[in-house]
Amino acid sequence: MENTSHLWSYLPIVAMAVIALGFVVTTMVATHYLGPRRKSAVKDDPFECGIEVKGNARTPFSIKYFLVAILFVLFDVEVIFMYPWAVNFKSLGLFGLLEMFSFMALMIVGLIYIIRRGALKWE
Amino acid sequence: MPIEILLFKLLLCGIIFVVSLGVAAYATWGERKFAAVLQDRVGPSRAGPFGLLQPIADGVKMFMKEEMLPNKSNKFLFILGPSLFMLTACMVSTVIPWGGDLTLGGVTYNLQITDINIGILYMFGVVSLGIYGIMIGGWASNNKYSLLGALRASSQMISYEIAMGLSIIALVMMTGTLSLREIVEQQNAGVSYVVYQPLGFLIFLICAFAETNRAPFDLAECETELVGGYHTEYSSMKLGLFLFAEYINMFISSAVMVSLYFGGYNFPFQTEIAEALGLSANGLTIIQTLIFFGKIVGFILFFMWVRWTLPRFRYDQLMSLGWKVLLPLALVNIFITGIVMWALGLIGNN
Repeated sequence: MENTSHLWSYLPIVAMAVIALGFVVTTMVATHYLGPRRKSAVKDDPFECGIEVKGNARTPFSIKYFLVAILFVLFDVEVIFMYPWAVNFKSLGLFGLLEMFSFMALMIVGLIYIIRRGALKWE
Repeated sequence: MPIEILLFKLLLCGIIFVVSLGVAAYATWGERKFAAVLQDRVGPSRAGPFGLLQPIADGVKMFMKEEMLPNKSNKFLFILGPSLFMLTACMVSTVIPWGGDLTLGGVTYNLQITDINIGILYMFGVVSLGIYGIMIGGWASNNKYSLLGALRASSQMISYEIAMGLSIIALVMMTGTLSLREIVEQQNAGVSYVVYQPLGFLIFLICAFAETNRAPFDLAECETELVGGYHTEYSSMKLGLFLFAEYINMFISSAVMVSLYFGGYNFPFQTEIAEALGLSANGLTIIQTLIFFGKIVGFILFFMWVRWTLPRFRYDQLMSLGWKVLLPLALVNIFITGIVMWALGLIGNN
């Protein structure tokens, strides 16, 4: 395996994707044709615990979910920065360690800021 | 890559795929039996001895049920949702080292589908794609409960992903590699990484519960508030794929935890035991794989035990646990790991 190019080692992943895709497609087609089909207007309504459907479900929702998503993007990028550092941690030595500590300190300041501003407060 | 190794890898893909479906199917049976034991019931007992044919009966039932497409839903996305969720659930198993080397006819075959050097990153990438499945499915249903369930599920999963990523960084600092196989090989001296990284393991374990939407983090399908959560509108095997993929995720995350923190396919005194029993290298590999699956089953039982013991969190509790407790704790863990490794002189001085 060592002498082969890197690209080859991704081939089994493609094979797995093809197997899984085949399974999913077969399942979807099979369940479409195997089950009974008795459509009716009321039955195909969205489920609302038995009462009549009121309006569209795609109404505005709490901004908090959006805020969490934005914060996730911010923090996840910071986490991704730390991966190459962690892999090379032993060779980077004390200097690398202190550099990362200052980066982490900035990250914690950011975290304290968003907590203080109440971005993660749910009523 | 020689042709016989390529063929072996393709065969292994098929085997692992079937095994993960089988384990997921029997995990549903196991869950029901386990719940029954905890609640002093019998559980499934009619289909076959001890109800062992129950998963097959359930599968057939799912296929024969009527397929519903709600009239307000977005048809294409409605079908894409569960398909994507199932597809991503099956893809992670490619980087997990299921065992050591098998030598057949002079050729050495590796019991890992592929050993890419960014295994952990690949794993995170594919796991995060699973969120799209839930989000698309919940949005396409055009049902208020589904949308709320999908929102809850996705914001919970992304919140815990940060703490999960950070808990792994402390481990990567010690291993110096992102390849799961090398991490497992480093643990073959008998000491697992859970001994060095107890806090990291705890954070990873909690995040794994949240990522797989298992109780006590199953707010996305909280039946008292949201009917069925993001899969309220689903029926037939489309619902089946959602439920099934969750069990596959549980199986895979158990496998990942065992590989990262519990020595993977290694077991204590393996070389001594192999010598004492006069096992060949192939024999040892097979026993190691069985031990690996034993450890995974142990973790799956732990997942079930927690589900039937702890009550569900409230949503604000869930969010503050992820952001205000686990994230700072994971940073502290990195800090401690760095300091201790420096104090022990394990890092170069430049």
